[in-house]
Amino acid sequence: MQWETVIGLEVHVQLATKTKIFSGASTAFGAEPNTQACAIDLALPGTLPVANEQAFRYATMFGLAVNAEIGKRSVFERKNYFYPDLPKGYQTTQLAEPIVGPGFVDLELEGGRTKRVRIHHAHLEEDAGKSLHEDFAGMSGIDLNRAGTPLIEVVTEPDMRNAEEAVAFAKKLHSIVTSLEICDGEMSQGSMRFDVNISVRPKGQEKLGTRTETKNLNSFKFMEEAIALEVERQIDVLEDGGKIKQETRLYNGDTKKARSMRSKEDSNDYRYFPCPDLLPVIIDDEYIESVRKQMPELPEAKRARFVEQYGLSDYDAGQITMDKFAAAYFEAAATFFKNTASQTGETKLIANWIMADLGAYLNRTEQRIDQSPVTPELLSGLVVRIKDGTLSSKIAKQVFEAITNGEGNADTIIETKGLKQVSDTGALEKIIDDILAANTAQVEGYRAAAEDKRAKMLGFFVGQAMKASKGQANPQALNELLVKKLNG
Amino acid sequence: MAVDRSDIAKLATLARIAISDDEADEVASRISTVLALVDQLQAVNTDGVLPMAHPLDAVQRLRADVVTEPNQRELFQSIAPAVQDGLYLVPQVIE
Repeated sequence: MQWETVIGLEVHVQLATKTKIFSGASTAFGAEPNTQACAIDLALPGTLPVANEQAFRYATMFGLAVNAEIGKRSVFERKNYFYPDLPKGYQTTQLAEPIVGPGFVDLELEGGRTKRVRIHHAHLEEDAGKSLHEDFAGMSGIDLNRAGTPLIEVVTEPDMRNAEEAVAFAKKLHSIVTSLEICDGEMSQGSMRFDVNISVRPKGQEKLGTRTETKNLNSFKFMEEAIALEVERQIDVLEDGGKIKQETRLYNGDTKKARSMRSKEDSNDYRYFPCPDLLPVIIDDEYIESVRKQMPELPEAKRARFVEQYGLSDYDAGQITMDKFAAAYFEAAATFFKNTASQTGETKLIANWIMADLGAYLNRTEQRIDQSPVTPELLSGLVVRIKDGTLSSKIAKQVFEAITNGEGNADTIIETKGLKQVSDTGALEKIIDDILAANTAQVEGYRAAAEDKRAKMLGFFVGQAMKASKGQANPQALNELLVKKLNG
Repeated sequence: MAVDRSDIAKLATLARIAISDDEADEVASRISTVLALVDQLQAVNTDGVLPMAHPLDAVQRLRADVVTEPNQRELFQSIAPAVQDGLYLVPQVIE
C-alpha cells in the first residue's frame, strides 16, 4: 500500500528578553544554578506575576512576520501538571485567546517547488526549570534559572507531508526569529525546540491517522532522523495489522533510537482555567503599528533587495539571506568592494566565496561567520585582486588560505609570496616559446590534427605552461597566445 | 454533575494530594455540592457572552524588560530541605 505522511509541528521559541516573562530576574544563559531564580520563579507564597512588555512586543513581531492576526485581547491560563522543575504546579500559558492568531509561512523546496504551511496560532508561555537526575544519590537536582523564561509556542496545521518539508519549515522559522532578533536561535542551548506530530494514512484517504508526538528535538538533523524513524515504525505497525497508539515519544540522537515517554493515559489532563493572578492584556492598533515600524528587515525582503541592489541571482540571494550573519557579512564585504574597486554588479563573486571557500573554512574550524578571522574587508580585498586579473582563481585559493593563517591581507600576501598573476604578453610569450621548442613532436602533432581534435590537444601545452609559470599565468591570456603561436 | 470516589482518586493523583480511602467519600460529596452550584450557573443562557477572564474589569499593566531581581540564592536555599552544588534536591521523579 502507498502511505502518506502527515506532519504538524509545535515549536518552542525562547524569547531574547533580558528578564523573565513574569519576574525581573535575568534570563542570561550559563549562570550558576538558581542564581537567576527569584521568589516569583520559585513560586514562594504571596508572590504575584507582572507581565513583561518586551515579551508581548516580540510575540507581536513574530505574528506580523508570519502574516497573522494579532490577538488584541490575550488571556493567560493555568495548565496544571506536576513536575519538580515547575514549582507552582502549573505553567502559565495561553489557550483560548493567544497573542498570535492564524497565519502562514511560504517555503521554497528543492527544484523550485513552493509550499504554504499554515500557522494555527502562537501563544506566550513560561519555560520550566531543569531537572538533573544523575549524581544525587536517588534525589534529583533542580535548577530554576530557566523557570519563567518567556517562550512563544508556534503551532502549525498538519500541512507538511515529509521530513524535507518539516525541516524546511523549521529552518525558515529559525531564520525569521533570528532575523527579527527575538530569539538567539542557539538550538544546542535549547533556544528553539521542536515537537513533531506524525501520522500516516493510506494515500488518497482524507481521514487522518492516529498521531504520535516526538518531543524536544533540538537540531534539524535529529528532526529529520526522528521523522524517518517514526514514519517507518508506524507503517510497520499498520502493515502488520496493528494500531498506532497515541503517545509521546523521545528520540535519542546519539543512539538513533526512540522510545515511548508517557505511560499514564491521564497525564494529559491539564485542567486549564484562566489565571486569576493576571488580568487580560489589551493591545491596540497603535501599538501594533509601532511594533511594525520597529521590525528589522525580514529574510524574504532582504533577498529581494540583494537581487535588486547587488545583482545576485535569486538562488544566491536566498542562500545568503537565510542566515542574518551571512547577510550582514556579505553587505559589509560588498561595500568594501564597491569602495575599493568602484565596481558594482560584480558582487556575485563575493557571494560565491562566502558560500564556498569561506563557508567550508568556517565549518571546518567551527567558527561563526560574524566572528570570522577572514573579515569582510579581507575577503573583499581578495576578490578585488581576482577581478582586476592580479590573481587567477587557483592562486586566489592559496591567498585565501594564507589570509586564514593570519598572514595579512591579499595585497601583502601577493607581494611577499610573489603570487602576482602573469598577464604580461612578453613574459608569457617567453614561457610559451620555451615550451614549444622543448616539445616539437607535440607541436607537429597539433598542427597535423583536424580542427575539432585540437582543443583537446591544447590542454597539454596549457598544463606545461602553467607548470612553468608556477600556476601564475593568466589562463585566458595564456590560451589566446598559445593558440595564436601554435596555429603559426 | 456529581463526582464519585474514583474521580477523587484520579484528581488526587494529578494534583499529588494524599486523600485516604476514609476521606474519599466525604470529599466526593463536598465537591459534588460545589458542582451542583456550578450546574445551576450553567443553566443560565450565555449566548453571545464572552467567557470572563477575570472578575475585575481592568487591564493588565506591563513592566519594562529590566533586571530588578538580584541573586538571593543563599537566602532562598536557607529554608530549602536539601541543596547541593546550588541545586534544590527533591525526591527523584523520572518517567
